[in-house]
Amino acid sequence: QRSSNELYLRCQEFGCEQSLLSRPDGSASFVQGDTSVMAGVYGPAEVKVSKEIYDRATLEVLVQPKVGLPSVRERSQEQCVRETCEASLLLTLHPRSSLTLILQVLHDDGSLLSCCLNAACMALMDAGLPMSCLFCGVTCAISTDGQIITDPTAAQEKESRALMTFAIDSAKHSVLMSSTKGSFSVHELQQCIAVSQKASEKIFQFYRDSVKRRYSKSL
Amino acid sequence: ASDVSVLWLPLPRSLLTCRTAEPLEYHRSFLKENCRPDGRELTEFRTTTLNIGSISTADGSALVKLGNTTIICGIKAELANPTVEAPGKGYIVPNVDLPPLCSSRFRPGPPGEEAQAASQFIADVIESSEVIKTEDLSIDRGKLCWVLYCDLMCLDYDGNILDACVIALLAALKNTRLPEVTINKETSAPEVNLEKRWELQIHKHLVSASFCIFDDSILISDPTAEEETLSTAHLTVVTDEDDRLCSVHKPGGTSLSGERLQECISRATTRQREIQKLIAKVAHSVKKAQ
Repeated sequence: QRSSNELYLRCQEFGCEQSLLSRPDGSASFVQGDTSVMAGVYGPAEVKVSKEIYDRATLEVLVQPKVGLPSVRERSQEQCVRETCEASLLLTLHPRSSLTLILQVLHDDGSLLSCCLNAACMALMDAGLPMSCLFCGVTCAISTDGQIITDPTAAQEKESRALMTFAIDSAKHSVLMSSTKGSFSVHELQQCIAVSQKASEKIFQFYRDSVKRRYSKSL
Repeated sequence: ASDVSVLWLPLPRSLLTCRTAEPLEYHRSFLKENCRPDGRELTEFRTTTLNIGSISTADGSALVKLGNTTIICGIKAELANPTVEAPGKGYIVPNVDLPPLCSSRFRPGPPGEEAQAASQFIADVIESSEVIKTEDLSIDRGKLCWVLYCDLMCLDYDGNILDACVIALLAALKNTRLPEVTINKETSAPEVNLEKRWELQIHKHLVSASFCIFDDSILISDPTAEEETLSTAHLTVVTDEDDRLCSVHKPGGTSLSGERLQECISRATTRQREIQKLIAKVAHSVKKAQ
């Protein structure tokens, strides 16, 4: 059981692997407890004339669910991930090019959107795309008795009164993206943002450790 | 190229900015004076007009005009079997349609990302806020329930469709009158009485307020289509009459500080009061006319 004072993340159960696929320019797999997402990045590559932007790269995000075809829910997740990536990538360095980010859901046990964001960030890093800052995803759930749980499992999400996912950037620790479900008060929102900002520090430290581990092998 | 340099006149830059050639500079020159090209203040919303019950063949309908943005909502109720997970509840299926009619950026064919993301947003808002209790839509537990198909179609796209969709949906739900259904005890078949109708009970009056961030620092409310394309981030806050937040939707973009978020939430609560009064006034006048 988790108490409300303890900031518990499934940190011990975080796992990340980069460059695991041979075809994409960058790839990463991110595991949070039982939730696991694989990301692949292609780019900068040629872009269709109908989609090209004269001064920036065109970023396209595709979220593939584990079973079935992408539906309306995946489209809204794609919009969230795409606009978060566009805010942190330096798109003006690759005008008239396309960047494609594909996220494949391998298993969903809660906190799916934040796992997708984390996998996306690691894949973009692996592809060597220029970014102004890193970002991470944190999910908070407010249970029926008012407790704030970070990184909830699917069972905890189902019993919660409200569910919020934030994308936090590494430079200013501010909120880049916010997606909420359920009703809550303003005070609860501010508490969850503060909790997410604290949790993001642990995730950024995890990014640093996994990249360090990866490059220490080749040195 | 040499011709252009001969014609260049040393006029002050502000007189040279053209709306179509340099839209960002054009908007910036207004924002410096704390106003916008259409004369509004930074936190001002466009004039909202509402028309309820315009579609006679639908069970409930509403037409909303937010400045130039026009959204029409039609609600059709059908009988269906309830889902296995929730046998005592009915369900609502919203669908936002952005046809090529409303703007040149939408092409004919399957719904694009913006329409699908808007549909998902409306579905989440309905679920989060519990605007109507889905138990009210159940007729016979496990066997029969009402399903409400809410179709929101944009007729004119001038930015801020999410706000207009939420207002249209709320007004249409208030206008919805469902026929009474009785189950015949012998044949156990449903009998629909189209003459006797009952009104849906609206539990929460939810209203959304959209903002966008310009140049990472300036916050403007109710953006037009041009302002939306030039802005660096969007934010939509949905509140109900108890000042509880049903949704804080910020799909990426540049970051937002805590104070700015607080400003948006306070503006959203004031907007909620305005729209609730407007909907009550229009619904009352429709009732008096009937």
